[in-house]
Amino acid sequence: MARSNSMQLKMLTTVAAWSIGLMIFFPILWTILTSFKTEAQAIASPPLFLNFDWTLENYQVVQERSNYMRFLWNSVFIAGGSTLLGVLIAVPAAWSMAFVPSKRTKDILLWMLSTKMLPAVGVLYPLYLIFIELGVLDTRLGLIVVLMLINLPIIVWMLYTYFKEIPGEILEAARMDGATLKSEIFYVLMPMAVPGIASTILLNVILAWNEAFWTLNLTAAKAAPLTAFIASYSSPEGLFYAKLSAASTMAIAPILILGWFSQKQLVRGLTFGAVK
Amino acid sequence: MSTNASRSAARVMMAPAVILLLGWMLVPLTMTFWFSFRKFLPMRGGDLGFAGFDNYVRFLTSSSFWPAVQTTLIIVISVLVITVVLGILLAMLLDQPMWGQGIVRILVIAPFFVMPTVSALLWKNMFMDPVNGLFAHLFKAFGAEPVIWLTDAALPSIIMIVSWQWLPFATLILLTARQSLDSEQMEAAEMDGAPLLKRFWFIVLPHLGRAITVVILIQTIFILSTFAEIFVTTSGAFDTRTLTYLIFQRITDSQNIGLGSAGGVYAIILANIVALFLMRIVGKNLDA
Amino acid sequence: MGRIVLDQVNKSFDGVEVIPPLDLTIEDGEFTVFVGPSGCGKSTLLRLIAGLEDVTGGQIHIDGKDSTQLAPAKRKLAMVFQSYALYPHMSVRNNIAFPLKMAKLGRDKINSKVMAAAEVLNLTDYLERRPGLLSGGQRQRVAIGRAIVREPKAFLFDEPLSNLDAALRVEMRLEIGELHKRLATTMVYVTHDQVEAMTMADRIVVLKAGNIEQVGSPLELYSKPKNVFVAGFIGSPSMNLLEGPEAVKLGAKTIGIRPEHLSISDQEGVWSGIIGVSEHLGSDTFFHVKCDAFPEPITVRASGEVSLHYGEKVFLTPNHAHLHLFSDDGLRIA
Repeated sequence: MARSNSMQLKMLTTVAAWSIGLMIFFPILWTILTSFKTEAQAIASPPLFLNFDWTLENYQVVQERSNYMRFLWNSVFIAGGSTLLGVLIAVPAAWSMAFVPSKRTKDILLWMLSTKMLPAVGVLYPLYLIFIELGVLDTRLGLIVVLMLINLPIIVWMLYTYFKEIPGEILEAARMDGATLKSEIFYVLMPMAVPGIASTILLNVILAWNEAFWTLNLTAAKAAPLTAFIASYSSPEGLFYAKLSAASTMAIAPILILGWFSQKQLVRGLTFGAVK
Repeated sequence: MSTNASRSAARVMMAPAVILLLGWMLVPLTMTFWFSFRKFLPMRGGDLGFAGFDNYVRFLTSSSFWPAVQTTLIIVISVLVITVVLGILLAMLLDQPMWGQGIVRILVIAPFFVMPTVSALLWKNMFMDPVNGLFAHLFKAFGAEPVIWLTDAALPSIIMIVSWQWLPFATLILLTARQSLDSEQMEAAEMDGAPLLKRFWFIVLPHLGRAITVVILIQTIFILSTFAEIFVTTSGAFDTRTLTYLIFQRITDSQNIGLGSAGGVYAIILANIVALFLMRIVGKNLDA
Repeated sequence: MGRIVLDQVNKSFDGVEVIPPLDLTIEDGEFTVFVGPSGCGKSTLLRLIAGLEDVTGGQIHIDGKDSTQLAPAKRKLAMVFQSYALYPHMSVRNNIAFPLKMAKLGRDKINSKVMAAAEVLNLTDYLERRPGLLSGGQRQRVAIGRAIVREPKAFLFDEPLSNLDAALRVEMRLEIGELHKRLATTMVYVTHDQVEAMTMADRIVVLKAGNIEQVGSPLELYSKPKNVFVAGFIGSPSMNLLEGPEAVKLGAKTIGIRPEHLSISDQEGVWSGIIGVSEHLGSDTFFHVKCDAFPEPITVRASGEVSLHYGEKVFLTPNHAHLHLFSDDGLRIA
């Protein structure tokens, strides 16, 4: 009896969980579906769910008319560039904190995190001025640096927590084996920390890809990434549901896929290790 | 447990990150602080000299300040309540045995990966549009008059959009915390005859306590600076102007840098108060 | 070649002195064991020699060269760690080859050296495996292999056998001893296990709270312990250390007598007592006897199987030639 009871319960939770899950996912699903409709079908009343003529036309149009590729490239460049630059700077710092801890290590880590808490709008104008002064307004380089700085605390933090799990004796063994600091980091530490480094990169690509304050405020035509590209659809003349949906789908698809892979590490990265 | 050589190497290796972040923090902050004491109107005469605390007083006494604070508080608190309560319930549900758990998890987490401009736009057009939105269709199907969401119920609409984005975050973290609860503890309580609700109230909820605090603090910091969702949907109209958006408008629309900077200093102080609490919790965890 | 001289070496952590100034010479080719209870500073001392920690004061000379400020990589020492510290992402072959690669040796040379080491250590069949797939003993051998290919001036072992089970420990003990005989290279070995120290060492350094209590060959330590601490620490089961009127009668604060230097009889003897627990090992039997003269129970070894039982009255007689006398300050009375 207990068994059939638990089966019923499982059935019930399955139905409930799936319904809620689909409800939460529905806006995304609806966007994806709409992207395959014609503009007329997209605003048909009553709405068409699956019984429409599937078309790839919107994707073609978005590609051709809106320089979609350029925005995509900007996104890839900015998200990838800022993350890689960040990792490059963060690996040595995280090595120091994890393997040569001092009394100040904890304070430095917390201070780094606290810089993450600065409200962007508080420093909007100074940054704007600095960007003009340095001639990096509306350039990918400018955004790469800013997004790198925004995410650097998270990168350092994540790498630190991963490095800390590597026993120090192994690095000492490398030192005894005649390895220089560079070889120790490149041949021993980094290969051992590959899973951690990968998930750090993944999470930060996601964060940089979706960043929507600096990307909107520090770019115009040249360096604008997908966030800005989508925002341009908010003007009335851009209101084509099917095309908007196609553009949106293209903007979120890569990150959705990356995100699903990184969900386990997400918690750790986003809570700075406070929840494991 | 290290040598002088490795300690000095560590200092060198840490230097780039520390110096960059120090510059990133200090330079713009100093500039904001400086501007906040100037009468600075780039389009109307430029820097017109020292203004004392004028900007701070004006920002506080302007007719838009208190409504902005109110709006900010309503958004932050509503989103927190919605995401934490629903997050706990969802986490409890997702923790139960079921078929296709992994897929459900993925479905639930998905909104977190949608960039803010996209989620704002798709809610605005495809759901909340008074003519073609799905909500309008739904209302019509039941014979009701469609709501003009982003005009008549702008604030609740934005709360809904932001909640949709943050619910996955809360759920994911609370689920992780729930799964770290020792199952023997639950079984022991079950053996002791504690009913389901009591087990939840006296064992699960206290266990989730820290995770809930972390969720609240992190979300507060992010939601305080909600920008794209408002920028794309209402541009701050219809009582949706938050503190962040007000400062943004002072700087970009009114081009009053002094006033905007004073607002920025207020925002920084506010964020620091929240950050202080978060750092306490994170710091405690560092020792463990 | 591998003579290590410690000259007034001392170490403090945050102002707390863990090793007071200490002099020690480890001769070339010698197998020296640092032994002592946990927290006695033996591992710290080894790490100072390795260069993994800085000395607070004093000098370390390796092979006649002042190496006090030298980085660990430059000291030409090899170390085997308690956790083996193998590189988990490299095959056994690459683990062993790593120090050679760091020394920028040619590929052929590396190959032949790795093969030779693998041969000696019976690892030839496992060269392509990752350390994670090996047994504890095999991992231990890889760690040793990684150490020997470098042809170091001295080997440092930091409790290398403590993660192995008892049987394997005995086997590896012999292997390391064998290795030392063949290579004739200086070895410094840290352990808390006095049996390991006794069986392997040419010379034992007994440490307590950072101080050297005694340095000597295993037999010296066994037959002439300098003080009460060494007397109680070396030997298994440990020496009976007895105080009271009986000790005073012999002009000492404490008298020490090893279990094997007591004879037991149910007829006659010097000290009378009652048998408590007895441990039958077949070859020997150990009796724990509660004597009237001493508060502590006395351990006695009897050869072979002796039929004495719990609660029986017995008499113990110490062999006076092997009686150790210690003064009030715990030092041996000559």
